[in-house]
Amino acid sequence: MKKNKKGKKSDPAVSGLIDITRKKFRWSDYLAEKVIKGVAFLSITIVALIFIFVFRESLPIFKTEKAPVKTEATAETQETYGEVTDKPAAADVQETYGEVTDQSNNQAKVDSTSTSKADDSYTVSAGSGFDDNQSALKSLLTKEWVPVSEKPRYGILALIIGTFKVTIISMLFAAPLAILAALYTASFASRRMKEIIKPTIELLAGFPSVVIGFFALMVLASFLQNVFHYDTRLNAFVGGIAMGIAAIPIIFTITEDALTAVPKTFNEASLALGASKWQTAFFVILPAATPGIFAAVLLGIGRVFGETMIALMATGNAAQMGLNPFESVRTLAATIGAEMAEVVFGDTHYNVLFLIGSLLFIFTFILNAVAEFYVKGKLMKRIQGK
Amino acid sequence: MIKSFKNNIKGILIEGLTLSSALLIIAIIVVMITVIVVGGKDQISWEFLTSFPEDGMTKGGIFPAIYGTALLVIIMSVVAVPFGTITAIYLTEYAKEHSIIAKTIRFAVRTLAVIPSIIYGLFGLGFFIKFVGTTMDNTFLGGQLKWGQPNILWASLTMALLTLPVVIVSVEEALKTVPNDLRAASLALGATKWQTIWKVVLPGSISGIMTGTILAVSRGAGEVAPILFTGVAYYVATLPASFSDQFMVLGYHIYVMTTQSANVDQTLPIQFGTTLVLLMLTFILNISAIILRYRIRKKKTT
Repeated sequence: MKKNKKGKKSDPAVSGLIDITRKKFRWSDYLAEKVIKGVAFLSITIVALIFIFVFRESLPIFKTEKAPVKTEATAETQETYGEVTDKPAAADVQETYGEVTDQSNNQAKVDSTSTSKADDSYTVSAGSGFDDNQSALKSLLTKEWVPVSEKPRYGILALIIGTFKVTIISMLFAAPLAILAALYTASFASRRMKEIIKPTIELLAGFPSVVIGFFALMVLASFLQNVFHYDTRLNAFVGGIAMGIAAIPIIFTITEDALTAVPKTFNEASLALGASKWQTAFFVILPAATPGIFAAVLLGIGRVFGETMIALMATGNAAQMGLNPFESVRTLAATIGAEMAEVVFGDTHYNVLFLIGSLLFIFTFILNAVAEFYVKGKLMKRIQGK
Repeated sequence: MIKSFKNNIKGILIEGLTLSSALLIIAIIVVMITVIVVGGKDQISWEFLTSFPEDGMTKGGIFPAIYGTALLVIIMSVVAVPFGTITAIYLTEYAKEHSIIAKTIRFAVRTLAVIPSIIYGLFGLGFFIKFVGTTMDNTFLGGQLKWGQPNILWASLTMALLTLPVVIVSVEEALKTVPNDLRAASLALGATKWQTIWKVVLPGSISGIMTGTILAVSRGAGEVAPILFTGVAYYVATLPASFSDQFMVLGYHIYVMTTQSANVDQTLPIQFGTTLVLLMLTFILNISAIILRYRIRKKKTT
């Protein structure tokens, strides 16, 4: 710029020409840069929009509109919860119910038995006062997920437990397998083996989850049932294994990256000190890469947690609370996938499904944030020696 | 001596353990492919691929599902590839590596990559259909329901958001392989930054953009959850002709046939056939992407 201006003084005609052309180019350049920058911001915008719009649709549940007095009165007679908590006014119960879960540790037994008893004795009157959002919100922390009934209950606790059950099973299956395989490719494998193993597992990453779900439903379920002899053909175990298969490539790839990112000097120093190959791999390289492996497992968990199609096809889809791995479960994502198509827009059920979506979103967002910031910082520190 | 012998055995055991893990994973993949190929190969015929379902989907082919999948990924790519490429260009060419903006965008991209696909479905429903679509209906059509319901446009846009990070990541990787010397040479010859990007950097990374597109198409063809309630249909008698039509998709077809249909056993061959078609499709796409990517990486190292 400055040189140009100097030139302008000495030879106005020539430099003026240059200036004009330059300006033209700069203008298009400027425009290009602005457009590119604008588009680049799109990804941030999309994340924000996803959060806003998924959360927005779930908001009506939280609106504490004054429920009509009439419904409260009917609610009192029908509420089993009212009886359980032994409180006189239904209004009181509605307010405190969220907190009751804290107390419910001691009341839990009473609660479960009495609800199941009372369930049978329900005399469902038309327009039971349970349709309003407050009671839906109230029922969120209960155990029963019965969204389509005369008296819908949206207890997402069973769904959350089911999701965690499947996630734990899949991680117990996938994480060791993927990490060991990654250790093999990073530390032991010959170049040839590496060139077979890595692309093959990358290929698995490209398998559509429907295909894995189909495989689980048609083949894996029967196979595992023959091996383990359980009753329900589709259950948390089958779903967990199938989702583990889906999560293996993620864990493998990130772990492998973390292992190969460990500096060569670590390896050489260890070998020079007389450690054997496997000792180096296990006691030097693996520990050095733990933050990366941790991130890999976190992202694997994120994948399994939000997996929909495999959950729909292979877990049996019955909301049960038990800890038995061979029981059917219903996961959060599968619930959205199965029920969203059938709900009425704007209905309480619709809002609750969006609420579940928000939960999933927040959970995976946090997982990703932890994997991103905490783990990476640690990995860098460790590898660079503080 | 004894100690080293023990160590040797331990070493062999441990190496064997890691090797067998790797082999087990590969075995699972091979078994999966074999089962699906064996189950579906008899079903595959020209007729199966080009005819409509018949008799309540118990007979006939899967042409509408193939057509719908193709249409979906085309519309999706038209949106996702340019936007993804531009974002990648910004990240590699314009943004400073450690600036807050670049970091935030990278974080957003990774977040997009890990958000469960079902959330995209919810977003498509809440944003495209209920917000954009309904607004369009109210302003242009006077409240007549046309865009405020599931259709192929909203499904494709939802899918485009899902595949955006795939494109961004692969294009970014490819842009980084373009040597800085080329950029410097171009700038030294008097080209502006944009000219350098357009004439030098982009042509040099065209294979990366291809890889990104292929991976995105493969991902989009296989995903079902995002389109469950944004446009896919159990059965439509006609092929989608406009943006506001519903459509069929291979993945959803598999899901519906295996879990929702009344006679699962009767349609078993069709299920296997459809799965095989979908698997082959993603397979071919992925293999070509992997080959392309390895080529790019080789170029980087040499």
